[in-house]
Amino acid sequence: MASVSMESVSKNFGTHKVIQDVNLAIKDGEFVVFVGPSGCGKSTLLRIVAGLISASSGTVRIGGDDVTDVPAAKRGVAFVFQSYALYPHMTVARNIGFALETMGIKRDAIARKVETVARMLKVDHLLQRRPRELSGGQRQRVAIGRALVRQPDIFLFDEPLSNLDADLRMEMRMEIARLHEDLRTTMIYVTHDQSEAMTLADRIVVLNHGRVEQIGTPSELYHRPDNRFVAGFIGSPRMNFLPVKAGADDRGEGVLGPGGLWLPRVANLAAPAEIGVRPEALRILPAGTGRFDCVLERVEDLGHEHFAYCRIAGGPIWVIRLAASPEQSLIGKAVALSFEDHSIFFFAADGERIAVPSDKTDARRAIR
Amino acid sequence: MSARLARRDHRAAWFFLLPVIAAMLVVAVWPLGRTFFFAFTDAYLDDPSVYTMVGLANFLEVFNDPSWWLAVRNTLVFTVISVSIETVLGLAIALLINDAIPGRGLARAAILVPWAIPVVVATKIWEWMLNDQFGVINKVLIELGLIDHGVAWTASGSLIMGVVIFIDVWMTTPFMVLLILAGLQMLSHEIFEAAAVDGIPAWKRFWSITLPMLRPAIGVAVLFRSLDALRMFDLSYVLAGSNEKVMTVSIYARDRLISFQELGVGSAASTWVFLLVALVAIILIGALRLDKAAGH
Amino acid sequence: MMADLTLSRPLRRSSAHYRMRRRAFRALQVCALGLVLVYTLFPYYWAFVSSTKQGAALYRSVLLPALDFTYYRQLIDNPVFMGSLLNSAYVAVSTTCLSLIIGISAAYALGRIDFPQRRAVLMVILMISIFPQVVVLSGMFELINWLGLFNRPSALVLTYLLSTVPFTTWILTTFIREFPRELEEAAIVDGCSHLRILMKILLPLMGPSLASTGILAFILAWNEFLFALTFTLTDENRTVPVAIGLIAGTNRYEYPFGQIMAASVTVTLPLIAVVLIFQRRIVAGLTAGAVKG
Repeated sequence: MASVSMESVSKNFGTHKVIQDVNLAIKDGEFVVFVGPSGCGKSTLLRIVAGLISASSGTVRIGGDDVTDVPAAKRGVAFVFQSYALYPHMTVARNIGFALETMGIKRDAIARKVETVARMLKVDHLLQRRPRELSGGQRQRVAIGRALVRQPDIFLFDEPLSNLDADLRMEMRMEIARLHEDLRTTMIYVTHDQSEAMTLADRIVVLNHGRVEQIGTPSELYHRPDNRFVAGFIGSPRMNFLPVKAGADDRGEGVLGPGGLWLPRVANLAAPAEIGVRPEALRILPAGTGRFDCVLERVEDLGHEHFAYCRIAGGPIWVIRLAASPEQSLIGKAVALSFEDHSIFFFAADGERIAVPSDKTDARRAIR
Repeated sequence: MSARLARRDHRAAWFFLLPVIAAMLVVAVWPLGRTFFFAFTDAYLDDPSVYTMVGLANFLEVFNDPSWWLAVRNTLVFTVISVSIETVLGLAIALLINDAIPGRGLARAAILVPWAIPVVVATKIWEWMLNDQFGVINKVLIELGLIDHGVAWTASGSLIMGVVIFIDVWMTTPFMVLLILAGLQMLSHEIFEAAAVDGIPAWKRFWSITLPMLRPAIGVAVLFRSLDALRMFDLSYVLAGSNEKVMTVSIYARDRLISFQELGVGSAASTWVFLLVALVAIILIGALRLDKAAGH
Repeated sequence: MMADLTLSRPLRRSSAHYRMRRRAFRALQVCALGLVLVYTLFPYYWAFVSSTKQGAALYRSVLLPALDFTYYRQLIDNPVFMGSLLNSAYVAVSTTCLSLIIGISAAYALGRIDFPQRRAVLMVILMISIFPQVVVLSGMFELINWLGLFNRPSALVLTYLLSTVPFTTWILTTFIREFPRELEEAAIVDGCSHLRILMKILLPLMGPSLASTGILAFILAWNEFLFALTFTLTDENRTVPVAIGLIAGTNRYEYPFGQIMAASVTVTLPLIAVVLIFQRRIVAGLTAGAVKG
């Protein structure tokens, strides 16, 4: 059983609070991604799971057992480092099989296992080389092979693809996904790239400044973000935001925003401070015929899609994703933006999302 | 860079090297050459201008002198044992200080103290501590019941070499610690994390990862220390003067030169010392190069 | 896939068990560290304690200093000792200054200018630093006499260059290499001469390096014994190490250990203070030379 759970885990380096009161539970066989901006503590959290860093307070469990003080060597986890951390003075073969030497396995059995793993990761022709003779992608495979050969209960990946080129990254991403399908072992993966998180994860843990912002499936995080941070972090290009406030104009009581925006206000709910709409949910209409007006400043043509940039009332810029380019004559002129009701996200002043009754609030598991 | 600019640079380089070249010619090359020259003469210190060439006679005289070979033996024994102990002890202390335990900052500072003290002073202090009647070491050993009366450490023939080695270890282990510590701190932290997670026990991490990766640093440290130890003079001289039991080759050569005033023979002995150190240096550097080529 | 034998899991005990094990190991390490501290510092402490005991008290092994500073007063009244302090200071400071100047000049050439014989020159300098001092004694004797410097401290200023110059050159070369190329490139484009680059650009930045190297060279010169013993004959020209080394009683049984201990403490206290204050710099200098070389 390789479930992982953390209860009220915190970590301080001196007075600096790197991890603050994290609670999470990972099921056996799940692929969970820790994602967040640089410095959010995701690598530290991963190392706490591995036992390389000790928690300042709280409990870590693997398979239900309390492993908080158990050293890394005894936890039965495997770790793949961002910098690969291969032993420079050993051959690839010895690098992969080194951990097996301590397990009392015979040398030919070790050689067989190493061969199998190397063949699987397509590095079998490199077994007698040293790490410094390998390319980045090959070193990464060796690092994964070193983890694989131990048949661990849990795989931990610390931004393994950050140092690779873009196409290599995509190829390795598929390999890791396939690995998970084959092995069905619990995997925890750390990345700052939210698209990696969205494509690989069963569930995602979004971290910010050492706190868990939200835990959920990619779909949940995309469609029902708990707060402004998650809403702005997940999705590329990022969600557009606009400051609003409760008020009234000639259309009645409601929520007012720049560019002439007026939204009906739902009674008994907190006053929103911001709204958010994703770029793909917007349409460009002639000025005055949409929700609010803005100036179309620039259009970028990527071939298969277009990005339009509109500045609202001389302030914030909104990005609109379109399949077809808007009329060239509109550039530099006023236009209107339109969107469906269900595409609007309301956020309170403290960043929490305000759930509107039309929301389906069932699937928000509180794994906090 | 154009050839003309490069030539201008090269000329500038030699210009900056003039002081050091001049200095080395005066204090190193010239005296060395003169020593080699005098080795072939029968001159005496009181009047070096009177001499005749005697070919290899001086070299043979030294070669046939049992005192010389005793000195060689002493020097080699001292070097091998001293450097071995210092390396092991230095490694142990460096590993200890490398770990983040309370007091390591204090230890790192304290370790410099024995190194900073002049050899003469350190020798005198230990001489006092080992004094057979009043030395604190003997007092403690008697208290602990290990001996029943004070041991005359420096008077006993068989023990005095041990004393010399002991004092040398005390004085120069810090140097080894510093070099090895620097080497340790250059090792990538993540490699040890990888080994830890993979379940490799601490002793195997040390033996299969730390030690092989430290080989270059330890090699350099051993090289420097060995060459230093071969030239040792101060310690033996201050402790025991010209006592044959701990006489090093440097003391032998100087004695011949200064005490016996034999410029010729003394120079020959110095030349032998030079050849000995050069030989060991070549062997050790060769071993280091081979090691570097093989291990990397 | 990996259908063969399942690996035996590493034995895992309770979390509490490991917590205790780690605490015990930590305690052991701290003890070991304590032992190291005692081993390194006790002799010096004992020297201090001994130097403050008077007469018969010297021969009892009380661990605390008696705080009787008679021996120190005797030292101050001892002209040979005080003279040797001055001599050592003069020699060490002069040698250090000279070798720093010579060294930085050489270091600029060896560290910042790429010329074909660079490696060879470095090798030769390294080899000179391996010289046994004995081997230049004969020649040096002749030279010192010829210059009329025999039995004068200035003789030592010259002879010490043999040890200090290769040392300062090597370490300063390693230090000077650390600076990025861009520093000079702007100056070169402006047409600066090498001398200007050294004096106006690199030298101001090398304060710490010069300090470290200078301290190490000073310690080297201060502690030197062989040349000092050989080239100074009379009491008033001696340096400190020789003066201490030759303190002898009238006979073997009257070794003035108290005085010797007082002298030892006096001589080394400033050294130790300097070393402790500048320890980072010193370690940087020592390891720079060895590790990167």
